[in-house]
Amino acid sequence: MPRRIVVGIRGVGHRVIDSIWRLGYASRFFLLTLLKSGTSFRRFGLIIRELYFTGVLSLIIIVVSGLFVGMVLGLQGYETLQRFGAESAVGTMVALSLVRELGPVVAALLFASRAGSAITAEIGLMKATDQLAAMEMMAVDPIARVVAPRFWAGVISMPFLAALFSVVGVFGGYLIAVVLIGVDEGSFWSQMQNAVDFRYDIVNGVIKTCVFGVAVTAIAVFEGYDASPTAEGVSGATTRTVVTSALVILGLDFVLTSVMFRGMS
Amino acid sequence: MTSETLVEIKGLNFSYGERPILKGIDMIMPRGKVIAIMGGSGSGKTTLLRLIGGAIRPSAGYVKIAGKVVHELKRDELFQMRRKMSMLFQFGALFTDLSVFDNVAFQMREHTDLPESMIRDLVLMKLQAVGLRGAHDLMPAQLSGGMARRVALARSIALDPLLIMYDEPFTGLDPISLTVIGNLIRRLTDALGMTSIVVTHDVQESLKIVDYVYFVSEGVIAAHGTPEEVRGSVAPFVHQFVHGEEDGPIPFHYPAEAYTSDLKLEGSFA
Repeated sequence: MPRRIVVGIRGVGHRVIDSIWRLGYASRFFLLTLLKSGTSFRRFGLIIRELYFTGVLSLIIIVVSGLFVGMVLGLQGYETLQRFGAESAVGTMVALSLVRELGPVVAALLFASRAGSAITAEIGLMKATDQLAAMEMMAVDPIARVVAPRFWAGVISMPFLAALFSVVGVFGGYLIAVVLIGVDEGSFWSQMQNAVDFRYDIVNGVIKTCVFGVAVTAIAVFEGYDASPTAEGVSGATTRTVVTSALVILGLDFVLTSVMFRGMS
Repeated sequence: MTSETLVEIKGLNFSYGERPILKGIDMIMPRGKVIAIMGGSGSGKTTLLRLIGGAIRPSAGYVKIAGKVVHELKRDELFQMRRKMSMLFQFGALFTDLSVFDNVAFQMREHTDLPESMIRDLVLMKLQAVGLRGAHDLMPAQLSGGMARRVALARSIALDPLLIMYDEPFTGLDPISLTVIGNLIRRLTDALGMTSIVVTHDVQESLKIVDYVYFVSEGVIAAHGTPEEVRGSVAPFVHQFVHGEEDGPIPFHYPAEAYTSDLKLEGSFA
C-alpha cells in the first residue's frame, strides 16, 4: 500500500513538472515566433496567402452562426422584455450582448474550431512528412517561414471576423424583432444608438477579440509544431488545439470582463 | 586529409540518452564521388546523416565539411553552410501547398534575388534534368512516388550544392523508377561535380552506381570498400548483407531467454 501511494505522488509530481515545462516551452516558442516575424512583414504576400485560408474561408461559418445567434437573441430578448413592456429595448439588448460578449467569444470559439484546427493539422502534417526538416536543411527557418505568417494571419483576421459576427447578429436581431414581430423600427435603432458606447462597449469588445486572436493562433501553431510526427500525434494535437483554445477563451473572457465591465459606465 | 576530401568524419559518437547509436565512426568522402552508407534498419545510418547536416550534435568526435567542424558552427554559419548542401528525404518531403514549379523555385526565391524570368529558366532546366519539365504545373498530391522523388531531386540541386545526402532514396519504388533514380544520382553527381552520400539498404541497386561503400552495424563501421571489393568479400557480415541471408552475424532472433524456458516446457517431456 505505501508503495502505491509513493507511485501515485510521484505520478502527480511528474505531471505537474511536465505541464510547467510544457508551458515554459510554449512561451519560449511564442517569443521565438514574435522575434522571427520580420520575414512575414517584409514579404507580406506570405501573410496574405494565409489570410485567405484562415480569414476568408472562415467567413461562411461566422456569418451564418452570427445570423442565428442574433435571431435567437431577438426572440429571447423580446420574450423577456415584453413582460416589462420594454420590448423596444430589444435592440439595445441584442447589440450589447453581441458587442461585449457573444461576438468576441462565440466568434473566437468558431475560429478555433474552423481555422485553429486547420492550422494545427497543416503544420503537424508538414512536420510528419519531413517538410519542416527539409526546410531547415535548406537553411530556411520554419518558424519564420511557416509559423509566423500563419500566426499573424490569425491575429489579423480574428477582430474582423468577430466584428462581422456582431454586425450580422444585430441584423438577425433586427429581422426577428422588427420585421417579424413588429417592434418599432425607430426605437429599436435609436435605443441601441443611445445605449452602446463606442469606447466602453465597442473598443473593449475589440480588445477582447484581439486577445482571443493571439491566444487561439498561438495555441494552434504551437500544437502543430509540437505534434508527434505520426497520424495519432497530429489528430491528438488538433483536438488539443480546439479544447485548450475553448478553455483559454472562456477563462480569458472572465478575466477581461471582470477588468473591463464593473457597472461603472 | 587530401585537398580532394569534402567530408571527413573522425571518432564520431552519438547516443540518445543512455543508448549509444554511433560508436567511433571514421569516414572520408572525396569530392565528386557517390558514397553509400549501408546497414540494417536501426543501425544509425539516418542519425549519421543528421550529424553531417548539423541537425544534432555528436557526443564525441566531429564531422568536418570543407575543413569546417559542423557542430562548432554558429547557427548563422550553419545556415550558410547548408546553402551548399542538400538533403533528399525518404519520401521527398515536397511542400504540399506549393506546385512542382514552386517547390523547385523555393530555395532560389528564399536565398537569391534572381529575377522571376531567370528563376523560371533555372527551374525548367532542373526539371528537364529529371525528365519532369512537363509536370511543372502539378501539385505534389498529383505525383506518383517515383515522380515525387524526382521532383525532390530537382529541388535539391536547385542551388548547385557541393554535397547531397539521400536518405533511403530507393524505398518503395517500382523497378523502373528505382533505376531512374539510381542513374539520376550518378549522372547529376558527375555533371555537377558534387559529392553524394546515399544512405540505403538496397544493395543491388546502389552497388551499380556508387564509388565506395561503408557498412554500418551496431554503431560501428563493419566493413568498407569499393563495389567490387564488396561483391567479392568473404567477411561474414558483408556476405550476409549483400546476399540477404536470413541468419549470420546479424541474428534472425531478437535476444531472448531460452525458448524452452520461455514456453515453460523445461522438464515436462523429460
